[in-house]
Amino acid sequence: MKPTLTLGPVLFNWPAERWRDFYARIADEAPVDAVVVGEIVCSKRAPFLAPVMDEVIARLAAAGKEVWLASPILAGSDRERAAMRDLVESDLLPVEANDMGALALLEGRRHAVGPFINSYNEATLAWLAGRGAVAVSLPAELPAASVAMMAKTGAALGLSMEVQVFGRAPLAISARCYHARAHALHKDGCQFVCTNDPDGMPVSTVDGQPFLSVNGTQTLSHGYLALAAEIDRLRAMGIQRFRLSPQDLDMVAVAKAFRAILDGARSGQDVMAELRAMTAVPLENGFFHNMAGAAYADAAAPAA
Amino acid sequence: MGSFELICPAGNPAALRAAVDAGADAVYLGFRDETNARNFPGLNFSRPELAEAIAYAHARSVQVFVAINTYPQAGNLAPWQRAVDDAARLKADAVILADLGLLDYAAKRHPDLRLHLSVQASAANAEAIRLYREAFGVRRVVLPRVLTVPEIARLNAEVDVETEVFVFGGLCPMAEGRCSLSSYATGLSPNKQGVCSPASHVRYEPRGEALASRLGGFTINVFGAGEPAGYPTLCKGRFVPGGGTSSDPAYLFEEPTSLNALALLPELKAAKVCALKIEGRQRGKAYIAAVVGAYRRALDAFERGLPVPALDLEAMVEGGAQTTGAYTRAWR
Repeated sequence: MKPTLTLGPVLFNWPAERWRDFYARIADEAPVDAVVVGEIVCSKRAPFLAPVMDEVIARLAAAGKEVWLASPILAGSDRERAAMRDLVESDLLPVEANDMGALALLEGRRHAVGPFINSYNEATLAWLAGRGAVAVSLPAELPAASVAMMAKTGAALGLSMEVQVFGRAPLAISARCYHARAHALHKDGCQFVCTNDPDGMPVSTVDGQPFLSVNGTQTLSHGYLALAAEIDRLRAMGIQRFRLSPQDLDMVAVAKAFRAILDGARSGQDVMAELRAMTAVPLENGFFHNMAGAAYADAAAPAA
Repeated sequence: MGSFELICPAGNPAALRAAVDAGADAVYLGFRDETNARNFPGLNFSRPELAEAIAYAHARSVQVFVAINTYPQAGNLAPWQRAVDDAARLKADAVILADLGLLDYAAKRHPDLRLHLSVQASAANAEAIRLYREAFGVRRVVLPRVLTVPEIARLNAEVDVETEVFVFGGLCPMAEGRCSLSSYATGLSPNKQGVCSPASHVRYEPRGEALASRLGGFTINVFGAGEPAGYPTLCKGRFVPGGGTSSDPAYLFEEPTSLNALALLPELKAAKVCALKIEGRQRGKAYIAAVVGAYRRALDAFERGLPVPALDLEAMVEGGAQTTGAYTRAWR
């Protein structure tokens, strides 16, 4: 089965024009098969993207991309719930659920389960498949042994299984906005300060060691998760979908590099070297290798 | 709408007896393994201890809820399923679960066992709660600490499920069950191993007059001379937002503070919350007795329409600071 390269939703608060131009370039140049779009972190940002959303979706669809709409990660407030319901009820495109509320609304419809729904084991996969899920994106913190078991079970259930192979690992979501808090602002009057950090706000320890990245109500890893050297192993396990999470760098180049691995044209180690040259932040693969997520393990080393 | 139920933590048999004797309506606890979200060394219950705990509690008309609220590991479901089976066999009054697969197992295997949805499931809206109700027959939902009281009131108007909220103790600023910060720093996680900022990865490091607290490879805080050094819970550490170094690092996520929602009892009652939960399965029996007793007196006064006595719990709260958390919008 031909592997699918997926581009996950832009997590950061990029101005609408930049967001639109990013997807225009993805549509024209990036060798990705599927694109998941939507503002999933902060419902306050969604109105900015609304005017260009239809244009972006049309452009991606015209380029032959499979387009999915992603539901918000945390739908607690009335506004977030309304956004979640609108998304499902519009029925324009298949939805990737990132909250159990969205999953509830999607019963009986073709849908995907996003990485923000806790799918940790085969019993959960079976239940999700029984409700009509066709694809499941695994949480970033799963180690290789779990991924292998999930891939095997998913295949038996007819699910298309996905793993994030590039981009900051999502670590937490809150009702509190840490961007606003860091700027001594209230969430309700945040002045959209998160716009100033198109790749997230760096957070270092008191010793000056880079550690985390804040994206409004979301906390991400500082380093980029990068499983380029593990792609062959993931494919051997039965993983069919490979997700890239957009960062503030040349994502077309990133997509081409991962496509080349999937096509057998380049080695994972070769692509890792290219990724290192492209970015100033460390590359990390610790979660997959059953270590601290922030760690980097030589993928060529024997499995833990 | 009856009286609030007071739901109290117990990390060991002595704490359970303290909670029961101090006026708990129900005690929640977990087995001594990775099946519960407070899997700390020296804590929790063996099967015989649970049997004794249930006998002690039931003889005093107090209920026992068993938290089996981590996410079962792929390829190794047996410990979690056995925990549910044993809780049912020993006549626990409810099990508190988070994982979809385990809820499915419990609902099918033990149709008479009362299911509560753990805060670790992070069910923050009516749509999600209805799903857990319809799919598994969940009777009560422990709400994540991300909702305001008005949001809780609207939620309760929409769902036919009891809701339980945290009123006192440690405070997660993140949506529970959806946080991998510890896993990122140490490789051990709340969802998988039931640990947050695990003690096995904590180190204290003297730096001249100061003391640094470390978790895994990261410094979580530095305390000046004479400043009380707290535990390096990752989200309660000092960091430098914006990156680089700073002489004035900030409590970026949350100050070392404790939740205390006592002042919100009238609002929580009006919001039709059914049960009030005290956090702290890692606490000793003296703490449990003091906090449960104080809340018991406060609730009894409140239910009788009398002035609610102030809690003398300054010594019990982290960093001596208290907050009403997400329940009031000020927190945001």
